Amino acid sequence: MRARDPFEDAYFDYREHMQARPGAPPPPPQEATPAGEFKHIGKYTPRIDGAKIVTGRARYTHDLYFDDMLHGKLLRSPHASAEIVSIDLGPALAHPEVKAALKLKESGRVRWVGDPVACLAATSERAAEEALALVKVEYKVLPHVVDDAAAMADGAPRVGDAPNVAAAGQATRGDIEKGFKDADVVIERDYRTNWEVHQPTETHASAAAWDGDSLTVWDSTQAVQSVRDGLARALEMPAGKVRVLKEYMGGGFGSKLGLNDFTLAAAKLAREAGRPVKIVMTRRENSYCVGYRPSTRFHIRIGAKKDGTITALQMKNYNCGGVGRGDRCAEPFTDMYKIPNLKVEEYAVQLNACASRATRAPGHTQGTLALEGAMEELAAALKMDPLELRLKNYARKSKGETGLEYSLKALDRCYRAGAEAIGWARRNKIPGAGSGRVRRGIGMASQIWPGAGIPGTMADLKIFSDGCVEIECGTQDIGTGTRTHIAVVAAETLGLNPSDITVKVGNSDYPWAPISGGSLTTPSVAPAVRDAALKAADYLKESVSKRLGAPPDAIILADKKLVLKTDPAKAVEFKEAVKMLRIPAVFHGVRAGYPDDKFDFQTFGAHFAEVEVDTGTGKIRVLKHVAAHDIGRVVNRQTAESQVLGGITQGLSAALFEEKLMDAETGAMVNANLHDYKIATVRDIPEIVPLFMDTPDDRLNNLGVKGLGEPPRIPSSAAIANAVYNAIGIHVGEIPMTPARVRAAFKRKKEGRS
Amino acid sequence: MDRSGKTKKLVSRRDFLKSVGGGAAGLGIVPRVLGRDAAGRAAGPDLETEENPRITLTVNGRKIVLLVEARETLLEILRDRLRLTGAKRVCNRGECGGCTVLLDGRPVYACHLLAVQADGQEVRTVEGLARRGKLHPLQQAFIDKDGYQCGYCTPGFLMASAALLEKTKAPSPEEIKTALSGNLCRCGNYQKIYAAVNAAAQEMRKG
Repeated sequence: MRARDPFEDAYFDYREHMQARPGAPPPPPQEATPAGEFKHIGKYTPRIDGAKIVTGRARYTHDLYFDDMLHGKLLRSPHASAEIVSIDLGPALAHPEVKAALKLKESGRVRWVGDPVACLAATSERAAEEALALVKVEYKVLPHVVDDAAAMADGAPRVGDAPNVAAAGQATRGDIEKGFKDADVVIERDYRTNWEVHQPTETHASAAAWDGDSLTVWDSTQAVQSVRDGLARALEMPAGKVRVLKEYMGGGFGSKLGLNDFTLAAAKLAREAGRPVKIVMTRRENSYCVGYRPSTRFHIRIGAKKDGTITALQMKNYNCGGVGRGDRCAEPFTDMYKIPNLKVEEYAVQLNACASRATRAPGHTQGTLALEGAMEELAAALKMDPLELRLKNYARKSKGETGLEYSLKALDRCYRAGAEAIGWARRNKIPGAGSGRVRRGIGMASQIWPGAGIPGTMADLKIFSDGCVEIECGTQDIGTGTRTHIAVVAAETLGLNPSDITVKVGNSDYPWAPISGGSLTTPSVAPAVRDAALKAADYLKESVSKRLGAPPDAIILADKKLVLKTDPAKAVEFKEAVKMLRIPAVFHGVRAGYPDDKFDFQTFGAHFAEVEVDTGTGKIRVLKHVAAHDIGRVVNRQTAESQVLGGITQGLSAALFEEKLMDAETGAMVNANLHDYKIATVRDIPEIVPLFMDTPDDRLNNLGVKGLGEPPRIPSSAAIANAVYNAIGIHVGEIPMTPARVRAAFKRKKEGRS
Repeated sequence: MDRSGKTKKLVSRRDFLKSVGGGAAGLGIVPRVLGRDAAGRAAGPDLETEENPRITLTVNGRKIVLLVEARETLLEILRDRLRLTGAKRVCNRGECGGCTVLLDGRPVYACHLLAVQADGQEVRTVEGLARRGKLHPLQQAFIDKDGYQCGYCTPGFLMASAALLEKTKAPSPEEIKTALSGNLCRCGNYQKIYAAVNAAAQEMRKG
């Protein structure tokens, strides 16, 4: 077996994690509870840790200071491609404030500007910065390439050992040639997305401290368990001697999913110096050293009958993730619509930039922009309502109607609810039909994403004899409100209030839970907590059964009491019921398996956007954005709405502003800050309307919950691009839709090109 | 300071922290709030020179005199020296508002201001927003409206909106947006942040 690369989780593909199903047992018999009966689940619950956040007491990795703490820094390659001839740490080690320095490469290639070469730790951050300049590295500079078209050209400098372009995946279905022959209308279009950088507000950061042969690492991470495993592998030490902690984390969006090079550097420097070491990325480093969403170039050919029935779809995509492998973008094409004849081919293009990382809904976001753009343009070619076209090709089964039945799919309801909320009838029946300099348009896009969660996730519920209830779970709250979700589920099940529950997360010593990425957290963690709480409830019912003179199943937990269902006057206070516990009782909850051979479990959604385009300046303003989602049962409406607002705001930002720009000459990123890398502000935000279809899927888990992290991010950029198309009659075809690109598109239209 | 106005003794950070409540985290190996260098000295200069001037700040109502390096920013003083970590270092070049604090009531980017420029002025950080154990109406509104996600930009947004509401009792939507437009929220929760500020303004008008 190949030794696992300790860093691979940082660059991982969500789908690989989704397939990892540790010991999936069959689902237990489930007591489906109608939503109406819930007091907390599905309602608005403010975060249980809100006061900590608003008073500045929430402690992030950046905020940690230790006795004797050293500040670490990485020396990074200034060249996009070079051979290291020699590294001399001597002069840096001679600096009076430097306490440790290590080479991160002995020799060999650096392949991107920022590739780490060495690291050191000093008594202050400024001293560490000064000392970096003292490290002597001799490079033999080699030719580089930072533009994907240039990287694909003949004679381009090779980024790695293999050619710069490699086949990355393909899928075929039916007979593509016959499909196109059967079509009455065939359109061919190109779509392009550019590099979008995560830019979490808290830059990546880690602190490491040794206690003998045990290591504790505080990390700004979405995955305490993965970082623990990565560190243990990299340091060749037992996983049990590594502990990873994350109390609060300032955003990740996929860029903080595994062990980072600087985290390992902090651990090694701390061991070398015998003192704690903290390494905090600068904003500049965060801009070009820790990933971005890979760029794409799609070529799409799609054919349909006059009535809108799609007969064939062909897609080719060149996807670029720097020295990384990029994203796979095929799923929306293979899964979204009933398409009998299909051919998709994907190629990964390498160039001299840091490896891309998963970015909220990797692959789907780019694929949906292209697919849904083509659907909108196909509808126009067919002179059909784009919503009608989507309903005409609605798939009831997975893999374009060729696979398993969907356990639950309420996308049609999303379409209806969203169309009504935006006022779909107001759109231009013919795209660009309006006149005047400023034109309005309405567009839509659909979404599919697996949000089933991971069986095997665990949570421990403890009840103390004083009535305290505590949950320990090795997940982490990355700002999505996981602490509060856990409290809501436990409180609901035990008849308590969410504020009564103490939630402990963000510690790799706690029972295993997956990464907080890929919309995995809630559908993994909430069922595990529910399972533990149901076991606790059973235990408590049993223990008061005699006192209430009724069998356990005649007792319910509500309003901090154990109550007789038939006679609410007969009750035992919760605190009273747990008094007999001499030692804390621990209930171990597990997220059970699901019948994945019978049904396909997916989330669905539809976004509708209304925009205004100034055809003179090319400036786009989004006026309204409606999001309708089918994501199972909502656990906390408060935080679920926030997730949707975030997905739309980020999608708007990517659609209009965000682009990592590279300089061909130096191979460096030129907008590595928050001024030149544009992010949406409060002024750019339209009225956003989140709608939930409330569709508990009881086949999936004991709460019928699915994930919501990625879904609202997937169709948000696409819906805006389609609204622009509806406004000006031409699809800009590339995001971000900068004013220059919009003006160029409008010019193409006037010249009669598509 | 004694009555003659002469500084007798520099306030130790330990005393200072006691007074402003920058508590330590309850994490396994507890990061001690007061860092000292290898020689056991408190970090920062200990001799007043031209490069290390003496400044006086009033931080969250408490007067403090300290020696700073002339190149140190106000944010570095607040975070690294006083361990008031509510103000965040996000961009460190005045682009995002994550370090917003009030300087004599005006919102400023603490990363973009040298500590010496704040000499003699009053600094208010998010740690000083709640009074006598009671949350500021803005803080309560951010909790009620879920005006945050990861929470990292929250102190900056709170201080920017506190500055607005202290001078404008009934801000228009436009005024709220202007006040918040210098702050970035990467999680994208602007709609709820706006709603929270609006709700707090109404609450404060009610008195």
